[in-house]
Amino acid sequence: MSMQKSGKKQKQSSGRLALAPYSLWSLLFIVVPLIFIAYYAFTDESFRFTTENITRFFTATSQLTEESGASREVRTYLLIFARSLKLAAISTVICLLLGYPLAYIMARAKERTQKTLITLVMIPMWMNFLIRTYAWMTILQDTGILNGLLELVGLSPAHIIGTETAVIIGMVYDYFPYMILPIYSIMAKMDIRLLEAAKDLGCNGAAVLRRVIFPLSLPGVISGINMVLIPSVSTFYISQKLGNGKFFLIGDAIEGQYIANNLHFAAAIAFILMVVLLLCMALLKYLAARLVYGGESYENNI
Amino acid sequence: MKKIIELKNISKAFDGELILDNISLDIYDNEFITLLGPSGCGKTTTLRLIGGFEQPDAGDILFMGERMNHTPPHKRNVNTVFQKYALFPHLNVFENVAFPLRERRVPKKEIHEKVHEMLSLVMLESFANRRVTSLSGGQQQRVAIARALINHPKVLLLDEPLGALDLKLRKDMQQELKKIQKSTGITFIFVTHDQEEALSMSDTIVVMSEGKIQQIGAPSDIYNEPVNAFVADFIGESNIIDGVMLENYKVSFSGHIFTCLDTGFAQGEPVDVVVRPEDVDIVPESEGMLCGVVTQVTFMGVHNEIIVDIGGFKWMIQTTDSVNVDERIGIYLEPDAIHIMKKSKYSGMFGDYSSYSNELDELSDPGGEE
Amino acid sequence: MKITSKIYTALIFVFLFAPIAVLLIFSFNETKSLSVFSGFSLKWYKELLGDRSTLESVQNTLILAFSATVVSTVMGTAAAVGLHRLRKKWYRGLINTVTNIPMINPDIITGISMMLVFVFVGRLWGASTSLNFWTMLIAHVTFCLPYVIFQVLPKLRQMDKDLLEAAMDLGCTPMRAFFKVTLPEILPGIITGAIMAFTLSLDDFVISYFTSGNDFQTLPIRIYGMTKKTVTPKMYALATIIFFVTMTLLLLNNIVDDEDSRRKRELKKNTIKQGGNKK
Repeated sequence: MSMQKSGKKQKQSSGRLALAPYSLWSLLFIVVPLIFIAYYAFTDESFRFTTENITRFFTATSQLTEESGASREVRTYLLIFARSLKLAAISTVICLLLGYPLAYIMARAKERTQKTLITLVMIPMWMNFLIRTYAWMTILQDTGILNGLLELVGLSPAHIIGTETAVIIGMVYDYFPYMILPIYSIMAKMDIRLLEAAKDLGCNGAAVLRRVIFPLSLPGVISGINMVLIPSVSTFYISQKLGNGKFFLIGDAIEGQYIANNLHFAAAIAFILMVVLLLCMALLKYLAARLVYGGESYENNI
Repeated sequence: MKKIIELKNISKAFDGELILDNISLDIYDNEFITLLGPSGCGKTTTLRLIGGFEQPDAGDILFMGERMNHTPPHKRNVNTVFQKYALFPHLNVFENVAFPLRERRVPKKEIHEKVHEMLSLVMLESFANRRVTSLSGGQQQRVAIARALINHPKVLLLDEPLGALDLKLRKDMQQELKKIQKSTGITFIFVTHDQEEALSMSDTIVVMSEGKIQQIGAPSDIYNEPVNAFVADFIGESNIIDGVMLENYKVSFSGHIFTCLDTGFAQGEPVDVVVRPEDVDIVPESEGMLCGVVTQVTFMGVHNEIIVDIGGFKWMIQTTDSVNVDERIGIYLEPDAIHIMKKSKYSGMFGDYSSYSNELDELSDPGGEE
Repeated sequence: MKITSKIYTALIFVFLFAPIAVLLIFSFNETKSLSVFSGFSLKWYKELLGDRSTLESVQNTLILAFSATVVSTVMGTAAAVGLHRLRKKWYRGLINTVTNIPMINPDIITGISMMLVFVFVGRLWGASTSLNFWTMLIAHVTFCLPYVIFQVLPKLRQMDKDLLEAAMDLGCTPMRAFFKVTLPEILPGIITGAIMAFTLSLDDFVISYFTSGNDFQTLPIRIYGMTKKTVTPKMYALATIIFFVTMTLLLLNNIVDDEDSRRKRELKKNTIKQGGNKK
């Protein structure tokens, strides 16, 4: 029987009224700006249609001098983009490998411990992003604390700052909580009886993990991957500070064009980045669905 | 008695599905009236129409003779006890009960007096400062009743208010509700799917099915003289047999002619014959009006419930005699054990116990989940 | 926890807290060095208090965060209520998708896209600089709104819908029923949403970077400017203060949330569920 429909007309109209300001706001400041990215990407300074900005992204070249001294010609933006994707992907994988066991440990802990641990994981997020990145710079410097410690225990100092490793450390550090939180929250909600049922049906510990826990935690893993991958692909501060500006990333490219007031080309890079990220997310979703739920979208199965 | 609410030819549909089909009902002052029926029969919708949470598609709702179809809930002199109580979790017991008074800006002192008076009526005086979330189900129920009564409404609507309580508590609350109704003199309109509850509490029962009112009457009338097979089956257990009315006081069924107390049928009119399981006397085979074989005996505590196959029709009989399966017995029916009903669209749907089992009955009990 | 789990967890937390420890410790350093701690001193805190433009940027940040929080909380709560009552499926789906965009999109794209609109509109009006406090406020409200909406919406869904009808039954107009019953019920969600909005706005750098003009500098933007050159521990002192302020907010929020969930649990426990659940 339909009981929910009380005074529906009145409720409906007051609801629409309440939603109206936000509807307008999101149209003006979410939807229209996205259209503007495409609009700027495909126009020139005098707003005439052109594909030049996009073409420039794919064809612009520059000389790259390698450490050996040899130099070669490369497609500037494709190289930058590939590097961004590579570093972001490596960071994401490290976050996942480090974070998944921690999320599991947290979800299995006593309730009080869980609360404490989750607060501890979140605390670094409340330190300003720029400052905590900067702090890593001072730690990793050649004359920094890390090398001081290494020296103290009699090891030779390591040169980290200004390498890809430093950039990856920065990315992992800055976005690690984003990986933990979604995985943890889904694991904490997991019905303990499912695990008992799996054991009852003959799974050993590893099999329970592989056949029950992992598939069930997959939505958390997917959103964790998204939440780490996206900001690390598009970052521009981490690479400037920890990469000593040697490793230009796609975010640096956008920022650089913005600084140079090349808005149309900046929009073109942003546009391509957005399209690629959308494709990545769709692919991720499709893979998860294929691998675990036999072709169906995983949302339908939960 | 004074008419307090009149429903006139009310119809109501949701998404094209007719939930109430041309219902008319008069409700009187100081009456305990129960809307009884299986899920989907329209009883809750009827209640919500009276409460003002729905508007009828057709027909009129009159309060003391005045048309109130579109009056919003807060302007009706009617209050509701909701199914799951709907207590405000952010307010304590006192504030929940005081809610309507504060809305009317009643002076503080008066609020204090009235709330305590009402809390003592429901025996929760010492709980005034407790959070509602810390109360048990029964206590929450009482707060809901106190809150609904504090405005002294003309009519109190109760939507399956005992549904969430366990059996023992439910029995106590039935008594208590009845007592409160008597002492306040407020008309109670009570919705339930539980026929026992309806029979034990009501002055008047309205049996509903498929959006229509099947029968209105006092509990004993409804039980003893159901108008059709649906009512006979829904209220208590019934054996419903096809019969033919031969003349006044004479009916023929199962190959035998019986004396009954019913008149007003045409000669030779096909009818439904109702015999309640507790009205059947078991006699030795030779003395029986009808004979049959016992196919099932279930011990129920006070009595045995037995199924007897009489000429292919399975009767249910409740008896304190002890009989055994496969035993042949006779049955004897007094004239007042037989009740004759006109044929209806429900004929043949109920009252045969061929596929009967206790468990099954519970599963398909109309009192189940809605 | 097993011992290996403990060690593992400890190592991760060493990694997570190392830079923060460095910040805290070196904010009290006597000298300018960020690698050798030579002695305890409060001099950087004193210097911070004398730094006019930093203090002004702190004030700016607070003004902006406060305004963005008020606007986004009010509009977001109204939107959640509207969304909750909305029955048109396609419209609800559309609003949902649009609301998700600022959360999924990289900040840099959100920032750039809004900047493009502001610059475009500014040029139409013939303004010399189109980026100012108001463009920043719009940007901050925009990225705060989804968090408010998605905090309030579940609270509305959890609410027993009979409560609203009960209030009307007991004499409230629909409007009063909303303020007396719905609002207190969803308040924990609104508070959480507001706190999230406030901290997000305080902390935001990327979107601010693209939508701010020269006349209104927030703290993260000032820090960005400072880290372009070498940094003094003054900034560490500042970071330490911000850190403890945000921590306090977080803890406050936890308390609100705990209280709310404790109440919900109690209610569930005490309402004996048995049959008769009308759908």
